Amino acid sequence: MSMIHVTTTVNGDEVEFLCDPRETLLDVLRDRLALTGAKEGCGTGDCGACSVTVDDRLVCSCLMLGAEAEGKSIGTIEGMANGEELHPLQEKFIEYAALQCGVCTPGVLVATEALLKKNPDPTETEVRYWLAGNLCRCTGYDKIIRAVLDTAADLRKAS
Amino acid sequence: MAPDGNMTNGFKVVGTRPKRPDGVDKVTGRAKFGADAAAPGMLHASIVRSPHAHAKILKIDTSKAEALKGVKAVVTRADFAEGLTGENWNILENVMAGDTALYDGHAVAAVAATTALAARDAAKLIEVEYEPLPHVTDVDKAMAADAPVIRAGAADKSVPEGMHPNVVRYHESGHGDVDKGFAEADLVIEESFKTEATHQGYIEPHACLAQLGPDGKGEVWCCTQGHFNVQKVCAALVGTETSQLRVTPSEIGGGFGGKTVVFIEPVALALSRKANRPVKLVMSRSEVFRATGPTASTSMDIKIGMTREGKITAAQGVFRLQGGAFPGAPMEFTAMCAFAPYALENVHQIGYDVMSNRPKQAAYRAPGSPMAAFAVESVIDELCNKLDLDPIEVRLKNASKEGTKASYGPKFERIGLVETLEAARAHPHLTAPLAEGQGRGISCGFWFNHGGETAVSLALSEDGTVAISVGTPDIGGSRASMGQMAAEELGIPYENIRTTVADTATLGYNEISHGSRVTYASGLATIKAARDAVKKLCARAAAKWGIDEEAVVWEDGCAKPSGPNAGEFEPLPLAKIARSMGRTGGPIVGHYEATPEGAGVSFATHIVDAEVDKETGQTKVVRYTVVQDAGKAIHPTYVEGQFQGGAAQGIGWALNEEYIYGEDGRLQNSGFLDYRIPVASDLPMIDTVIVEVPNPGHPYGVRGVGETSICPPLAAIANAVSNAAGVRLTELPMSPPRILKALNDQANG
Repeated sequence: MSMIHVTTTVNGDEVEFLCDPRETLLDVLRDRLALTGAKEGCGTGDCGACSVTVDDRLVCSCLMLGAEAEGKSIGTIEGMANGEELHPLQEKFIEYAALQCGVCTPGVLVATEALLKKNPDPTETEVRYWLAGNLCRCTGYDKIIRAVLDTAADLRKAS
Repeated sequence: MAPDGNMTNGFKVVGTRPKRPDGVDKVTGRAKFGADAAAPGMLHASIVRSPHAHAKILKIDTSKAEALKGVKAVVTRADFAEGLTGENWNILENVMAGDTALYDGHAVAAVAATTALAARDAAKLIEVEYEPLPHVTDVDKAMAADAPVIRAGAADKSVPEGMHPNVVRYHESGHGDVDKGFAEADLVIEESFKTEATHQGYIEPHACLAQLGPDGKGEVWCCTQGHFNVQKVCAALVGTETSQLRVTPSEIGGGFGGKTVVFIEPVALALSRKANRPVKLVMSRSEVFRATGPTASTSMDIKIGMTREGKITAAQGVFRLQGGAFPGAPMEFTAMCAFAPYALENVHQIGYDVMSNRPKQAAYRAPGSPMAAFAVESVIDELCNKLDLDPIEVRLKNASKEGTKASYGPKFERIGLVETLEAARAHPHLTAPLAEGQGRGISCGFWFNHGGETAVSLALSEDGTVAISVGTPDIGGSRASMGQMAAEELGIPYENIRTTVADTATLGYNEISHGSRVTYASGLATIKAARDAVKKLCARAAAKWGIDEEAVVWEDGCAKPSGPNAGEFEPLPLAKIARSMGRTGGPIVGHYEATPEGAGVSFATHIVDAEVDKETGQTKVVRYTVVQDAGKAIHPTYVEGQFQGGAAQGIGWALNEEYIYGEDGRLQNSGFLDYRIPVASDLPMIDTVIVEVPNPGHPYGVRGVGETSICPPLAAIANAVSNAAGVRLTELPMSPPRILKALNDQANG
């Protein structure tokens, strides 16, 4: 099968790749661009571990084809910190132990950043429903929800 | 303090909440999990699995797959070691079927190709001819006289005569005279319970990267709870020498017991040997559900007698556990944990390990105990309701204490059940008002905890920093707690220590990270390794000062003369001794290798409020409090995390999660959409209370905390739901259809 040539932007950098038409965006990120921060937990859009943004919209990268990235702007967990400066969400997740095994963490952080861009002052219920598509099996979500709410409060104070 | 003594207060680092050393890697996406590794020339593999619950494998034709472009190797059972016996034979039989497929999802062949897509295409071209056989997936049906035999001759000598061949192990324990005890009771309740199988549900599927050369030397990178076990099992299954195989554990994306088992690594090694190239093998989520985990499903009969004053006079339980197509369902743990919270004069328990056409059950967080607690604590709740007694007071009245003869035999040492019950009684949750439609439930839970083979080494660097190597994969933040314990002993900052989970070539054999053993056993070994290093540091100081080694003590990170008689010398800090160690005798490394046996058992008490919608049968957990004895919480935040995680998994098990098999014996819900684990919007915040009753078997009093937290939830939630719905729920999960059925049955008398 012939490969498709794709030009796209990932975390602000222009990238080109060739991919099989059947490859998902997640396959391309992980196997062709060596960006393994997004994880495949299910491959069916149920767990959110592969969350990325495409033109600022939160998507499961396992549900989108690599070829569909043409001309788009992709954001992944690898682009979240600014150089050596962690994003406030990343800082707070470490401080609150809002992660245990850490395999869902990249997806949770990408999803949360997208939430706070849309809604800088979410209620606990809003955070819980927004993150309902990101499965975590270790934490019971308690410390994640607290970390998100407190980061949002910090960011509101800072702005 | 004495260098070998115990210490339960006056800590400087232990009990604080420093940042985890793997934090930055995990929030930036840099942390490397099982599927994140790659190697030059790497192939991708795919496994062909049986679509039948039970079938004879007549023929496997691999020719079309082998002819596909990019395919480099195909393996079947013929490519693995022959002549294995005992557990190794069982593991191989599960890793790759022999002449019979024993469950839906059983591996029958595998292929490696240059791309993952080519491997998947090739797997579809492997033609397997099956002759379907009768199957059984339910535990009670598997024990019935007419059940198909999964494997004749699988039973061991413990099984009484006349049992069906699917009953492969039998357990009986207890003490006293239960008949006499029941005669003394004012009320005896007898009830039967069932629980469905659940999956550990770790978000990271099993994954490995393996290389095995024609010289018999190999490398494995994989996500596992026990890489030394992977090494040992793989060497046996592919027929190479253990020490020629080096296994490096990746970060592990959740395990909960499910990654104590070897599934794919031997397959990747066999493919690699055939192709002489590295092979990566990653399971899909559907494969994880169909072929790994799950827990045993159960069928249980409980009988408990109580006086009007709330004293339990006798307790009896029969526990039947279905563990899939292999022996090993943890029925003895179920039986032994069932009545452990209570000091009983008359207690008797029986366990049956039953085979069926399901995947081989795997450990899941306190394997066997949560189901037992569900059944026993439901009956105790019912007795309290009928006798109009307070459920906490009744449990306090009967609680096991130091010196109690446990229901499973030994005498308890110092334990903290009473303290958890008292803390629960004092918690505001217990007296908070309930809204319409809500019910409250409480339950106790018990787990043994474990020690196991452990080796740790602790090496000093010239600049006074320290590298700890442990052999137990970090499944709950243990690298942080090891660093804290070493910092405490050495008297240096936590930040000056880095803990690494070392590969199999670096340390002696370390048992799997299971049994809530890591903070206890690797922690104890880290403390002892640090004390070994301190002894060596003191010896260097003594040599420098020209005094006896015994005349040097270690305080606040410095060697000091032990009193005025030892002479007047400036204290020597660790960094100063380390700087010159090359000239004063060479590297300083502390070691500890042992099988510690002082793991302290632990207890918990949970309080739950649940709201039941009687129209839809839907249940919502509205408030949850965990009270558990941690012995000593090294890093309280991670202890809270374990408490909360166990409670959340218990909520899923109690209310929603279950393996659903069709009439055809195939798993019908092998994905997260249909096997729904709790999501953020399903749960409330989960309050925690850490009780600390020190374990005399650990220098700082540590007890394992990871597993006990999943023991009470099933029962506590069942009690809350039953109290809210006004009808006793006896089957898990308490999904809407089951709750509606219970309500209907009650309404229809």
